[in-house]
Amino acid sequence: MITRHRVALRARVDPVACDAYGYCAEILPERVTLDEWGYPIIDGAPLDADLVDLATRAAAECPRRAFLLERVASDR
Amino acid sequence: MTAMTMETTDRQVAVRLLAGTGRALVDHTATFGVLTIPSENDPAWATLISEAVSASGLLGRGGAGFPSAAKWNAVRRSGRQPTVVVNAMEGEPASRKDRTLLSYAPHLVLDGAEVAAAVIGASEVVVCVAHDNETAAVAVTHAVAERQRAGAARCKISVVRPPGRYVTGEESALVSWLGRGAALPTVRIDKSVPLEVARRPVVVHNAETLSQVALIARHGPDRFRRLGTPEAPGSTLVTVSGAVRSPGVYEVELGTPVIDILHRAGLDSELSGALLGGYGGAWLAPALLATPFAPAPLKAAGATLGVGIIIALPAGSCGLSETARIARYMAGQSAGQCGPCVYGLPDIAADLEWLATGRTDPRLLERIQARASAIEGRGACRHPDGVIRLVRSALNVFADDAKAHADGRPCRGHAAPTVMTFPDDSAVARRPS
Repeated sequence: MITRHRVALRARVDPVACDAYGYCAEILPERVTLDEWGYPIIDGAPLDADLVDLATRAAAECPRRAFLLERVASDR
Repeated sequence: MTAMTMETTDRQVAVRLLAGTGRALVDHTATFGVLTIPSENDPAWATLISEAVSASGLLGRGGAGFPSAAKWNAVRRSGRQPTVVVNAMEGEPASRKDRTLLSYAPHLVLDGAEVAAAVIGASEVVVCVAHDNETAAVAVTHAVAERQRAGAARCKISVVRPPGRYVTGEESALVSWLGRGAALPTVRIDKSVPLEVARRPVVVHNAETLSQVALIARHGPDRFRRLGTPEAPGSTLVTVSGAVRSPGVYEVELGTPVIDILHRAGLDSELSGALLGGYGGAWLAPALLATPFAPAPLKAAGATLGVGIIIALPAGSCGLSETARIARYMAGQSAGQCGPCVYGLPDIAADLEWLATGRTDPRLLERIQARASAIEGRGACRHPDGVIRLVRSALNVFADDAKAHADGRPCRGHAAPTVMTFPDDSAVARRPS
């Protein structure tokens, strides 16, 4: 039997690069909240398909290029 | 505060690492015997040593407890010429074990470094001793020169002096300093991927770890395992300080009850607890002082072995005040890269100072817990996580005190002088206690 592995995306922040601009939390509040110091707390679960466009935009808009999307194997 | 002096002479119970009678090469050989390392690449010997270290169950003595042989396998697979880095930075202010080892038995550490180099095919060893640690640097530099004069050096060994800050000893920060001169931790997604300097893989070993390697290479894994427990074999170095008559570095079998180690160091009074591991470690309650000094039992007791630090907190001292001082020191030791560490640690230190002085604030304990959760796991390195572990353990072990302090009834111990050690140039050391 052939098993198809779909590739999913998840969000991650590079804590060294991040300077708390907060754009990611504006663009993707479904997965990003800010702590009291303004730094993003990311829900790193695989992104649902309807959030991928927003997450891609959040990554593109980050002035520090600190908001990253990485591929994860998903069986969903 | 008064800088605590830690006498280390004549106080070690020498079992293995501290069995030497002198630091000269001739004394070293007389005590430990000749170690034969092949000068040419010898795959059979490398495999033999690698398997011996693996079978010994030796775990790194730098705090993370990573299996030493596993580091070699990762680099041998990379196929590029690696460098061995000896991490003797010893950034933990209360630790003295690595400088003691380098001062008393520098050749044992260098033996281990050369064994590691020969196993992984490295032609260079770099020994890192903190800039403010002159004694150990002199001892190891002298030992390197002595080996060269005797024709006993098997590879190029250099001694370098990175800045003596807490975080410089973190291995990715140390490697970053070697490569680009800035001691900044880097984000590592997969820790099995070797660190690099100038595109060459590096293997970083704590100095004590390498001295254990030197003995395993001589005598094999079975002798190593004769001490300690099956899960935590061997001996280890412990730095004991605080409320003991003879603070200093002791060699103990892993699995020795913490209270026995304290007695060996001259414990003669009641304690209100003990700090285990280091300033990113955890408190152990008085009722748990019989816990075996080994990773798993300490973890089960909510503590950690860390870099082998035990600080006895005398009865009458305030664990919350000591934790506040440590948190303030650790906040100042951030590399300044990650927001939750840069802004979170000073805030939680201020919370603890507030708690220590007993200012009434019904939301204070809640706020400390919330900030602990917000900071944990969000740095590139584990520096903030260590502080959070310590803070949580303080609120747990000194829970009754914490409640009383938060209700505006601080204990008398708040005014007691600290038993912690802080570098003379740190803000905590300058602050009147």
